[in-house]
Amino acid sequence: MSYIPHTPFETEQMLAEIGVGSIDDLFDAVPAAYRFPRLELPPPMSEMEVASAMLAISEANDHAGDYAIFRGAGAYHHFIPSVVNHILLRGEFYTAYTPYQPEVSQGTLQATYEYQSMMCALTGMDAANASHYDGATSLAEAVTVALEITRHKRRKIILSHAIHPQYREVVRTYHQGRDIRIIGDRGRGDVIDLVEMLDENTAMLAIQYPNFFGQIDNIAALADAVHEVGALLVIVANPMALSLFRSPGELGADIVVGEGQPMGVPLSYGGPYLGYFAIRQKYVRKIAGRIIGETLDADGKRAFVMTLRPREQDIKRERATSNICTNQGLMALSASVYMALMGKNGLRRVGELNYHKAHYAADRINQLGGYAVDASKTFFNEFVVSCPRPVAEINQALLLQGIIGGYDLGQNYFHLEDHMLVCVTETNSKDEIDRLVEVLGGLS
Amino acid sequence: MDGLQPLIYDIGAPGRIGVNLPEPDVPEAELPTELLRDDLPLPEVGELQVVRHFVKLSQLNFSIDKGFYPLGSCTMKYNPKVNEDAARLPGFAQLHPLIEEAGAQGALHLMYQLQRWLGEISGFEAVSLTPAAGAQGEFAGILMIRNYHLDRGEGQRDIILVPNSAHGTNPATVTMAGMRVRELPSNDQGNVDLDSLRAACQGELRDQIAGMMITVPSTLGLFESTIHDVIDIVHEAGGLMYMDGANMNALMAVVKPGELDFDVMHYNLHKTFSTPHGGGGPGSGAVGVNDKLKDYLPGPVVDIIEGEDDSGAPLYGYVMPEKSIGRIKAFQGNFGMHLRAFAYIRVYGDTGIRDVTRYAVLNANYLRAKLMKTYKLPYPRYCGHEFVLEGHFDDVEEVHALDISKRLMDYGFHPPTNYFPLIVPEALLIEPTETEVKEDLDAFVEAMESIAEEARTQPELLLNAPHTAPVRRLDEVRAVKELILCCAPALPAAGD
Repeated sequence: MSYIPHTPFETEQMLAEIGVGSIDDLFDAVPAAYRFPRLELPPPMSEMEVASAMLAISEANDHAGDYAIFRGAGAYHHFIPSVVNHILLRGEFYTAYTPYQPEVSQGTLQATYEYQSMMCALTGMDAANASHYDGATSLAEAVTVALEITRHKRRKIILSHAIHPQYREVVRTYHQGRDIRIIGDRGRGDVIDLVEMLDENTAMLAIQYPNFFGQIDNIAALADAVHEVGALLVIVANPMALSLFRSPGELGADIVVGEGQPMGVPLSYGGPYLGYFAIRQKYVRKIAGRIIGETLDADGKRAFVMTLRPREQDIKRERATSNICTNQGLMALSASVYMALMGKNGLRRVGELNYHKAHYAADRINQLGGYAVDASKTFFNEFVVSCPRPVAEINQALLLQGIIGGYDLGQNYFHLEDHMLVCVTETNSKDEIDRLVEVLGGLS
Repeated sequence: MDGLQPLIYDIGAPGRIGVNLPEPDVPEAELPTELLRDDLPLPEVGELQVVRHFVKLSQLNFSIDKGFYPLGSCTMKYNPKVNEDAARLPGFAQLHPLIEEAGAQGALHLMYQLQRWLGEISGFEAVSLTPAAGAQGEFAGILMIRNYHLDRGEGQRDIILVPNSAHGTNPATVTMAGMRVRELPSNDQGNVDLDSLRAACQGELRDQIAGMMITVPSTLGLFESTIHDVIDIVHEAGGLMYMDGANMNALMAVVKPGELDFDVMHYNLHKTFSTPHGGGGPGSGAVGVNDKLKDYLPGPVVDIIEGEDDSGAPLYGYVMPEKSIGRIKAFQGNFGMHLRAFAYIRVYGDTGIRDVTRYAVLNANYLRAKLMKTYKLPYPRYCGHEFVLEGHFDDVEEVHALDISKRLMDYGFHPPTNYFPLIVPEALLIEPTETEVKEDLDAFVEAMESIAEEARTQPELLLNAPHTAPVRRLDEVRAVKELILCCAPALPAAGD
């Protein structure tokens, strides 16, 4: 019976204690006409069989273990030190529940507190929550927070078109029941065009950093313009880029959100990932999700506990601003271990490796006939290449050569048909990059 | 201030690093100095230091792998190790979410099967795996109900009925979707009070009723004998029925919610289908719907795009349902949880899934039968997979459910859920799950009996508990007042 340990003798003893003749008698309250339906499922499998079935299914995928990968667009193939997975596989961490009983959850609580702290360091913010589901939902929650902070008197949300297209979709899904306007992302305007949309009715303006095209926009004056009308500046940031580039806090952001997957979380076909959410201290009481704080126990020993609990759904119920309960705690632990290992010096070096390799690849691709790299702005580890043929066609040819090519931007942006978003990380060797360039050259 | 374990920022030394990184194998590009940050205030610790730090932290946790975790409504069952191995196979762990569909046929096949199996288990027409957690599944479900009414020109239907025994996520979800909550009282049996329900559905609000959210079995662990009446009354008023599937561990192959005429429900893959809780997440909150709502599902969902080819394999791909509420998270859901749930269902198969529920209910009733001798059982009938006790004694007023909970830690058990559901005073909600052996259940009963005895003879043992946990009770007021949320060295702030 798989994971059920009962022997027939024990079952009999238990039934006798309860005072029923059979287990099925315990279901009398279920209407008889519907009780015990037959299920059309495959037959049971032993552990050996299920392990080989899973292996077979997994191999029917084109994955980064078998291919050189140059695709990012919101999910990144980075090196994950072995320690991360070993810590994650501690049953004490992954088979624990939410730390509602802090006396027996100090491991999760302190690790999460350290995660919050390191996210603050990276983003230049004062406080971070214990996580949201992913970068997209974190942005959607930032909209709620901005509406709360501006007391629901402002109805305009400005989103840059250079925010991940799926994130913008998720924001619209989340807020379809509200009387607000989401603007700014229908055109292809630059940051300066967004500034022109600001007015007294604007609750927030959000940009991505680096933007979806891998570029660092000039946002030096943005925070002042946003704050002048009393709105909030939200920056969606790739934490890996923050190893090198100025922190959003330095740039005047009020809320920083994003996808924490680059920090020690595998690609896993899109999830589970890690939505991080960091904010200025003055707004922390407005945010959703769990927050860990420091306190003392009855003996005066430092300890950690979930705090500001009255914001949350289980206490505030219909007056809560978000229904979030389960979060991505284990992925926050991955990020915590990853950031601790990399630390001040290692993370900077990983960032530089990304930068150098992406620029090497971009230089070489730019020299190919028919291809042109958009070098109008500084980029981090992704860049836009205009191609001589449809991207799908190029990617098909690359795949035959063992390469997963870049993301086809024409899928989301009409004006970027035949444009590929190429991602190069520290995991791409010079050989892989040279091979990519060679195959692309043959397709011009 | 001394803690159990120094903070990561308090160990290490300048220049130390915990990972061995390669030198660049390409020419170095010029860095854009003016755009770079001056300081990156992260810790500086060695690899072994990091390992020890987190191993020591882990040892401060209680977990399923360590002991009995009867946390009601959370279904803390064994998380099979083979599923963890499967999740780490390169074909899953290193699969990019934006890979062409042709390059992800393994993953898509798995998701397609899981959609069908979940649909079969609950009797629903269609399933979307995209929601990241139960609460997100609820949100998707309520948005679907909202849009269903809007499309029928009945946008004025914006009231969702919610029993007062509901999980907090239910009313919070309704507000988040821009709708209104109307709370319903429970009767002395713990069921929805039918008279109040009728009054709400048949009175002047009739045309504003969008639907109702209800947990089955109820959050008291009881199957509502009047569930048919509840569903009929709401449907008659033109509302749709949402089932909170948190308690699905009591229903598998026992009854299909779709056959009871529910319109939509969410599953918690991290409860019923054994995916680990991870110290707070990740979860996975697939939603199932009947014919009325299938076009509204959050997308994308997996479907067969082309029939079987010569080799016998169909081509799977993504489809956005026609009137979809939209995308609810980036990419296609918590795939790592989908594959674990897939492996779990595959192990039990058609003949075994019912045993999950049968033995979960057996274990719960066994504990109930034994503990009702010592503790007050407010609803004396057979329970589902969990049951509620009252955690106080008439003859020892100062002892509360919280004290019993904390004392259980000293006996090596995780406490039950306490103070939920809200309709039972001093509630202790106990859910053993099917994976626990009788010896451990008996040991738990003995501990609960000893605690009841201690409450009368040495109440201070309870009032000051825990005594053997890593820390004593915490000053939660101080945590709010001082609000220390971050220990990183501050960066120079600009513009603030």
